[in-house]
Amino acid sequence: MTIRFDNPDRPNSYIGKTVPRPNARKLVEGRGRYVDDIVLPRMVHVAFVRSPLAHARIEGIDAAAATGVKGVLRVFTGADLAAVCTPWVGVLAHLKGLKSPPQNALAVDRACWVGEAVAAVVATSRAAAEEGAALVEVDYDPLPAVTDTMSALDADTPVIHPGLGDNLAFRRLHEEGDVEAAMASAHKVVSARFRTARHTGVTPEPRSILVDWNPAESQLTAWHATQAPHMMQSVLAEHLDIPESRVRVICGDVGGSYGIKVHVYPDEVATAAIAKVMGRPVKFIADRLESFTTDIHARDHEIEAKIAVAKDGKILAIDVDDWTGIGPYSVYPRTSAIEGNQVVNLCGGPYDFANYRARTTVVFQNKTPTCQYRAVGHPIAVAITEGLVDMAAAAIGMDPVEIRRRNMYADDAYPVTSPAKMRFEGLSHHASMDKLLTLMDYDALRADQAEAMKRGKRRGIGIASFIELTNPSPFMYGIGGARISAQDGCTVRMDPDGSVVALSGVTEQGQGTEAMLSQVVAEGVGVTPEKVRVITGDTQVTPYGGGTWASRGAGIGGEAALQAARALRHSILEVAGAMLQADAGSLDIRDGQVVNADTGAARLPLEELGRIVYFRGDTLPKGLPRELVQTRHFITMDYPFAFTNGVQASYIEVDTDTGVVTLLKHWCVEDCGRVINPQLVDEQIRGGIVQGLGGALYEEIHYDTDGQLLNGSMADYLVPMAAEMPDMVIGHVETPTLESDLGAKGAGEAGTAGAPAAVMNAINDALRPLGAQVTEMPFTPERILRALGTITD
Amino acid sequence: MYSFDFARPTSVADAVAALGQEDAQALSGGQTLIPTLKQRLASPSVLVSLSAIADLKGVSAEGGTLSIGAGTTHATVAAEAGAYPALAELAGQIGDPAVRNRGTIGGSIANNDPSACYPAAALGSGATIVTNSREIAADDYFQGMFTTALEEGEIITAVRFPIPEKAAYIKFQQPASRFALVGVYVSKGAGGVRVAVTGASNDGVFRWSEAEAALAGDFSAGAVEGLAAPSGADMISDLHGSGDYRAHLVKVLTKRAVAKANG
Ligand SMILES: Cc1cc2nc3c(=O)[nH]c(=O)nc-3n(C[C@H](O)[C@H](O)[C@H](O)COP(=O)(O)OP(=O)(O)OC[C@H]3O[C@@H](n4cnc5c(N)ncnc54)[C@H](O)[C@@H]3O)c2cc1C
Repeated sequence: MTIRFDNPDRPNSYIGKTVPRPNARKLVEGRGRYVDDIVLPRMVHVAFVRSPLAHARIEGIDAAAATGVKGVLRVFTGADLAAVCTPWVGVLAHLKGLKSPPQNALAVDRACWVGEAVAAVVATSRAAAEEGAALVEVDYDPLPAVTDTMSALDADTPVIHPGLGDNLAFRRLHEEGDVEAAMASAHKVVSARFRTARHTGVTPEPRSILVDWNPAESQLTAWHATQAPHMMQSVLAEHLDIPESRVRVICGDVGGSYGIKVHVYPDEVATAAIAKVMGRPVKFIADRLESFTTDIHARDHEIEAKIAVAKDGKILAIDVDDWTGIGPYSVYPRTSAIEGNQVVNLCGGPYDFANYRARTTVVFQNKTPTCQYRAVGHPIAVAITEGLVDMAAAAIGMDPVEIRRRNMYADDAYPVTSPAKMRFEGLSHHASMDKLLTLMDYDALRADQAEAMKRGKRRGIGIASFIELTNPSPFMYGIGGARISAQDGCTVRMDPDGSVVALSGVTEQGQGTEAMLSQVVAEGVGVTPEKVRVITGDTQVTPYGGGTWASRGAGIGGEAALQAARALRHSILEVAGAMLQADAGSLDIRDGQVVNADTGAARLPLEELGRIVYFRGDTLPKGLPRELVQTRHFITMDYPFAFTNGVQASYIEVDTDTGVVTLLKHWCVEDCGRVINPQLVDEQIRGGIVQGLGGALYEEIHYDTDGQLLNGSMADYLVPMAAEMPDMVIGHVETPTLESDLGAKGAGEAGTAGAPAAVMNAINDALRPLGAQVTEMPFTPERILRALGTITD
Repeated sequence: MYSFDFARPTSVADAVAALGQEDAQALSGGQTLIPTLKQRLASPSVLVSLSAIADLKGVSAEGGTLSIGAGTTHATVAAEAGAYPALAELAGQIGDPAVRNRGTIGGSIANNDPSACYPAAALGSGATIVTNSREIAADDYFQGMFTTALEEGEIITAVRFPIPEKAAYIKFQQPASRFALVGVYVSKGAGGVRVAVTGASNDGVFRWSEAEAALAGDFSAGAVEGLAAPSGADMISDLHGSGDYRAHLVKVLTKRAVAKANG
């Protein structure tokens, strides 16, 4: 029986409704349990000695003074840990040519960025560990630091890892059609240089891990703020030489991840190694400065790009040359080449055009390593594409909405394959644009803009269409050799009291996974969501799965939960049929009761069925299956990724005297397929937009030319704050994926993907009459004034 | 933080005595000093809290002068300095509620952070800084960033503001802290026109004399229009704005402050 999603009045219709989050009250009342809340007997703390130099040879480490501090138990150097923990290499086979040197848990011989851990001090308290860390004397011999991306490959630039030959980590060129010919014969060619700033995730809860090694059981248990517990299980097992079955990773409450917590961090692996050596639980909680210097960074790209258009606005060709600096190592195991690769995959995404060339060049630098952060590569690709499209529209005097309409894939064109060779199952660019224009009342807004201009106010409207990659298959990591599951599983069980427990391989990072799972399971079984308890984040307990990344939780984990729930429903009805001497097919489960499917008349409460099955099984027919536990797994097979689409709009005002951009309002219409919980999806979109607005206006990690990080605090690294955020209007178009019954695609990254481009286009819409244009993010007041020529050097 | 002794006297005299000890330091709202201690950038042997001294608290207006006890919080000034609206508004825009409920005018004036708001109000109003031993005119008091006329162990007890005929403060906020990236305080009163600029200069709060001269004859935004912005070369240059940007803002904000003062 398929679920009639088109009938909102169907029984147990929780999918598609806003139901409360089961864990919200716990978190709001301060009853969450984060890693730092866990205290174990004999637990010790580790603090790391971190390199103050971007590049230096470690000539010696003197820990004498540190070990003299009261409470300090032991100091570990890179060499100490290398004896018990093997190094890793952040490459994937399908990213051809990607290279990276072996990386150790603590730097051995050489430190390659400011903040890299070079020694670890273990003490009975965090304060003592920090006191000790301050007293460890490291003898550094400075080496030249490579900090500039564009000159990283120049002949006179020092090579960071001489064994690799050069500073090139990865390069990929994709060519489709004949770009040169299209450019040569085009009506107009517009080019621009874009810059997206290096920024980071700033999770409210910093990276946290507590690891215990139990020698009696030869078992390692890690309580870890992570998005991917099973991946971490595999990694810790491999590098600490423990059978995978003897590593348990538990992920309780997590205070935000945004991609930051899906990577393997040397200091976290070091914590595990130390726990194994010392046979004691060891805790590491990053402080804010450590977060800035060691959480992965992202989006450090410089791009030259061109677009060719015909007189009628048709896009003839797009040409992109993308460069990114990733720090000294490609991050393990997902690699730091994915972001650049995504730029190649995603540029031009919404548009039906023929000639495409894109190259990404990924270079090493002596800065914090970069890797996947919310909406990996999307904000960059969308800024390039949508920036170019707006510039082309201006060049030919066409409205920005009109040029998009003329180029977006028709809503009935699918399936199609893009010039970047991405396969789209079903998108809704035109329907989304229509809905956006209605929501924002485009014509009225243009009138308001003109009216404001008369009062001397510079307002601008920016539009950004986009595609978003979600529900990844093994094509993302698995085919490259990484032990990262694209499949996810769910076990659903009915207990004697008629309540349901769902154990899922996807994880809760604060985004509402457990709410989504509870309502999917509730509908699948036929109980109210309060009757469903969701358990996630424990490798010893839940089915194997990938966790949280690439907007896969609802689409993959949700489908597994739905299938498991319906299998359980089937099992329950089989027992009920026997008990009621009725055909199971004539029965249904609604609100926790077995009922007659046709009349809805109540026949048997689930707690009665539970009582009989668990305590009076003797009264049921011999041989009757009574499996009130069911497990299902789901993996996408037809498409490597389930693409979604959407369009955002931003309305802004530029103060041309101060350069300040005020965000007046923001709109987003997106199509994530089946919307399971409208409020959760809307808040995912809003949260994502806020992170995108941060990239557009505020966030930028600054380094000096020696590789010193200049703004490692919340006073100097600007994040979007509530007072500056605009009202955001969110709308949806639903094109369910046909790969699953649930039909859900991802929604976690759409907001971040499109917001920076929408703001950039809005600013340029406002500045265009003044002959100014900005393409370097973040668009700080000073950059605006420099673009206007108000300030010059 | 390093360890220290703690004293909490109830009179100015006792506080002055306590501050006579070696490496003693006054503690008021702690919004500047406590973070400094936490980062181990200061290591006083004794912290002398001024928070129990009743004489240091309160706002009173009399005969065209507004007196504010040094230990009065920003929140109290915002609520109670109605006799001098521009000053009350300035106090209400300092930092965030926590900072306003703890931080004090005495702490701010003693600290003389180059980006703080009160120094602009004091210099821009021609205020008098009253200490346990003397009275110091604002023009003599501020001597460069984090530098003042205060002697070792001297305590600010009050700040006296002559209430001008017109005044206004415009602050361009540093987006994270809400400190002044640049702030301009203008006033027009018995003592003439004053334009005090904070956040901008490497020498701390200063009076923009060219603007004062221009405004003396014509107190309008237009009078500033023709002036060149002060040179960016002497301005603070950091991640949030170059010297040139700050110099530009000085002029923009001065015009806006004058327009605002004119209502
Ligand atoms: C997040 C944040 C945002 C802020 N934003 C702003 C802002 O927008 N504008 C602004 O102006 N300020 C801002 N501040 C600073 C704030 O106003 C502080 O309160 C102020 O600078 C110091 O006052 P305090 O009472 O906290 O002094 P304390 O921190 O207690 O002391 C500061 C210094 O003054 C000395 N001192 C204190 N009282 C006296 C006294 N009576 N006599 C002599 N010496 C004394 C102390 O010994 C110490 O050296 C901000 C601070 C924070 C933390």
